Amino acid sequence: MNTLIVGGGKLVYFLCRTFLSKGYRVTIVNRDRAECVWLARRLKATIVYGDGSDPQILAEAQADGADAVLAVTPNDEDNLMICQLASLQFAVPRTLALVNDPDNEEVFRKLGVTTAFSTTRLLSSLIEQKAAFEDITSLASLAGGKVNVTEIVLREGAPVVGRALADLGLPADSLIAGILRDEQPIIPRGVTTLRARDHLIVITLPASHGRVLKMLTGEAP
Amino acid sequence: MDTGQGLFIIVVGCGRLGSYLADKLSVAGAGVVVVDCEERAFESLSSEFGGFKVEGDATESAVLQQARIEKADVVIGATHDDNANMMIAQIARKIFQVPRAIARVQEPRRVALCRALAIDSVCPTARAGDLVFQTLAAASQPGQDGGQP
Repeated sequence: MNTLIVGGGKLVYFLCRTFLSKGYRVTIVNRDRAECVWLARRLKATIVYGDGSDPQILAEAQADGADAVLAVTPNDEDNLMICQLASLQFAVPRTLALVNDPDNEEVFRKLGVTTAFSTTRLLSSLIEQKAAFEDITSLASLAGGKVNVTEIVLREGAPVVGRALADLGLPADSLIAGILRDEQPIIPRGVTTLRARDHLIVITLPASHGRVLKMLTGEAP
Repeated sequence: MDTGQGLFIIVVGCGRLGSYLADKLSVAGAGVVVVDCEERAFESLSSEFGGFKVEGDATESAVLQQARIEKADVVIGATHDDNANMMIAQIARKIFQVPRAIARVQEPRRVALCRALAIDSVCPTARAGDLVFQTLAAASQPGQDGGQP
């Protein structure tokens, strides 16, 4: 595996170390001269000084022989151009880009980047899934995160306990699709009254996800 | 020349080129929105500019939507950053189906990529270079420049 990384900072240093330990060949392109020297002293990788979105620099870094290009600079526009350049002018089969604006994940994919990942989205979904509370479990994220299926265990004293579904005033783009009560599955209706220790299977869209969780558990998500 | 009368045009970047274009297009009767991430940049617009200003980073889709990109007839990427201009032109053409988008690209080596991406580009460096060569060629003929060696 021959990888080309464009970017800098600790992220690139540790990525490169990980790749090297797997036996990959790594080339790093970095536009800071001092950082290039620092990297070259510590890593058994080819370090190229220059702007990775410049075709001449990518040629120097032998991008045409790379199996994958990873663009992790702090600028979305640079990462997009690096990936497009690598794929269109150097026939690199796989391109991966870091995006800062989570909306750009979809934009990058539509514009031909193989994989676009957003730290913002990764971290926020981790927080939603794990850190919040143990009585909320993310069961599935469908259609690239457009639909979430979540299991919520109602605590004693949760604000919705004792109330009928129809009276909860849940947003229209959310649904309590099922209830597990004492191991028995129930397909709820508007008149179904919620009880403590009910396991709710909730389907939400991202816009209302947090609000629905908060309404059901009574805690800030 | 099509001066843009009756068209809705978004100019991204309000530097020398962006403000020049925004002023001219606005005076010619186009509906203009100019976008720049620095509010101070709008100071270079003339008093005749009659369009709208949006402060924000146009590589964020939300900012382009605030500029109503889905209604635009033309989007011009005129920031100082080639990559941003090329990204904006592509988002305009391929995500929002804007009929025309032009990226200003300073680095001549990037023009081939613009072609591969099927976006229109203008490279002032190459244009100026060609003009210099033309002037040189003309000046090398005696008497053309009216001066002495």
